[in-house]
Amino acid sequence: MISIENLSYEVGTARILQDVTVTLPKGGMTALIGPNGAGKSTLLSHVARLLPIQTGKISVDDLEVGNCDSSALARRLAILPQQVHFATRLTVRDMVAFGRYPHSQGRLRSEDHNKVAEALEAFGLTPLQNRFLDTLSGGQRHKAHVAMTYAQDTDYLLLDEPLNNLDISAARALMALLRDLADNSGKTIVIVVHDINFAAQYADHLVVMKQGQIACEGKPVDLVTKALLTDVFDTDAHVALIEGKPFVMP
Amino acid sequence: MRTKAIWISAALLLVCAVLFMTLETRGSWEFVLWFRGRKLVALLLVGAAISTSTLLFQTIARNNLLTPSIMGFDALYTLILTLSVFFLGSVGFNQLPPEVVFLVTVVVLIAAALALFGTLLGQHRADLMRMVLTGIIFGVLFRSLTAFGVRMIDPNEFVTIQVKSYARFNYIDVNLLWMSLVLSVAAMAWCWHLRRRLDVLALGFDIATSLGEAVSKRQTQILILIALLVAVSTALVGPVAFLGLLVVSLARLVAPNERHATLIPLAALIAGIVLVGGQTLLERVFDLATPLSVVVDFVGGFVFLVLLLRKART
Ligand SMILES: Nc1ncnc2c1ncn2[C@@H]1O[C@H](COP(=O)(O)OP(=O)(O)OP(=O)(O)O)[C@@H](O)[C@H]1O
Ligand SMILES: [Mg+2]
Repeated sequence: MISIENLSYEVGTARILQDVTVTLPKGGMTALIGPNGAGKSTLLSHVARLLPIQTGKISVDDLEVGNCDSSALARRLAILPQQVHFATRLTVRDMVAFGRYPHSQGRLRSEDHNKVAEALEAFGLTPLQNRFLDTLSGGQRHKAHVAMTYAQDTDYLLLDEPLNNLDISAARALMALLRDLADNSGKTIVIVVHDINFAAQYADHLVVMKQGQIACEGKPVDLVTKALLTDVFDTDAHVALIEGKPFVMP
Repeated sequence: MRTKAIWISAALLLVCAVLFMTLETRGSWEFVLWFRGRKLVALLLVGAAISTSTLLFQTIARNNLLTPSIMGFDALYTLILTLSVFFLGSVGFNQLPPEVVFLVTVVVLIAAALALFGTLLGQHRADLMRMVLTGIIFGVLFRSLTAFGVRMIDPNEFVTIQVKSYARFNYIDVNLLWMSLVLSVAAMAWCWHLRRRLDVLALGFDIATSLGEAVSKRQTQILILIALLVAVSTALVGPVAFLGLLVVSLARLVAPNERHATLIPLAALIAGIVLVGGQTLLERVFDLATPLSVVVDFVGGFVFLVLLLRKART
């Protein structure tokens, strides 16, 4: 369980997060949605200790973010940030192998090699494993990065817009994989997605953010309505029900 | 594969070292071995210190263009020396044991480097151009302050500083050799110990943090190591502007991967080849027409320009 209490974050005079209190349940998949600039990435960055906590408190099970050992947290929780830049020349395999660093401190054991191979296979990267990242397409590079997060093999996985750059088949395969991790490996998945249909289709729980605050949370079928789209997203879209799941007409 | 580049450069370095020790020897062997041996040790030490500090700096700044000397580290070292001559007078300064001067300068340099560059690196999203500009401004500032200090100093005292503010490979301050040797071997052993962490730090703040590295703490440690290594090389041969950039870029070019376990030894070996080989050529073959530092800075400066232009194009 990730519990966030009274988290506020300011840059200069801008209040980016305002007294956010929310609990992300353990197990299953939680989707974080909200308009651009709502503070979703900022919230995830705080949970993953990429931003210093100004006021408030975050804990992941028994670990208090900011006060616990950073490498203990790295074995518990992994994050895929929204944007990453690479300065070094790395092969896909080296990159994915870095996911094992919290467990092996850089000295890969056979179980680490197995996990790396498994991650490469899961994302269809095995044929590309010896290619340098800067020779890949945007989507392939993105997959390598998701594979690294996957190889970290933590109880909690935070993914900030993992569907970026992915084609429809890769996007569906990734969501199915995450669903499988949640259902069969007991992992907790927290994902930021812009496509509400993906969120409604795959997630168990939705958390909606607006202007640095939690607007509402609940089951997709209760939450995704015409009213939500007007109030939170300020757009007038039609919502249909298809096979019992809400579907926003584009 | 990884060892191939290292073995080849080690062999080349060995050839250079043998030539350096044996070409045109006159007089007693014992004297030559002692005299040139010390110089050889100093050159190898300087090469390793410069290449390692450059590599470390590029890793924590996440940029293959910046080096401690471009960021004004060695200018800061000369400035500290100038100020001490200014305040103590050259008589007072020269009366101090060189080891004491060296150690005090090292401590001051570390403190100043942490204060100046620590904050710069702390803003882990700082962009390249700001880093370069800040570095250049720092460098110019330290050099002008040094020049100003020098003007305020009596011409006789000026000599004391002049010797220390230009790169010189033929005249090496061997007084400090043993102390430098101990300090830099310790510093480099520490770097070697950190090599896997350095690989992770090179991935940037976000990824390194999410993999469990305490990035800011580690950057501070590494900054201390850099200051120490810069102090050692500057104390021995004076400031060398572009050697670090030259040898680290060469190492990246020939290395099969960018792991620090490969780059640290490879860059140190290449630096050794450039310094020992270059010194042999200039001193024994061309009879010291041009100082090595001029050649190194010329070639290194050229490499800097090429890299900068290439970066600007992409
Ligand atoms: N360093 C910063 N300085 C000033 N404002 C910032 C900074 N970082 C983020 N913000 C602001 O904070 C707000 C929230 O940003 P955040 O990246 O969390 O949004 P988001 O919900 O992830 O949006 P998106 O869907 O576009 O990714 C935005 O208005 C953004 O402009
Ligand atoms: Mg975002």
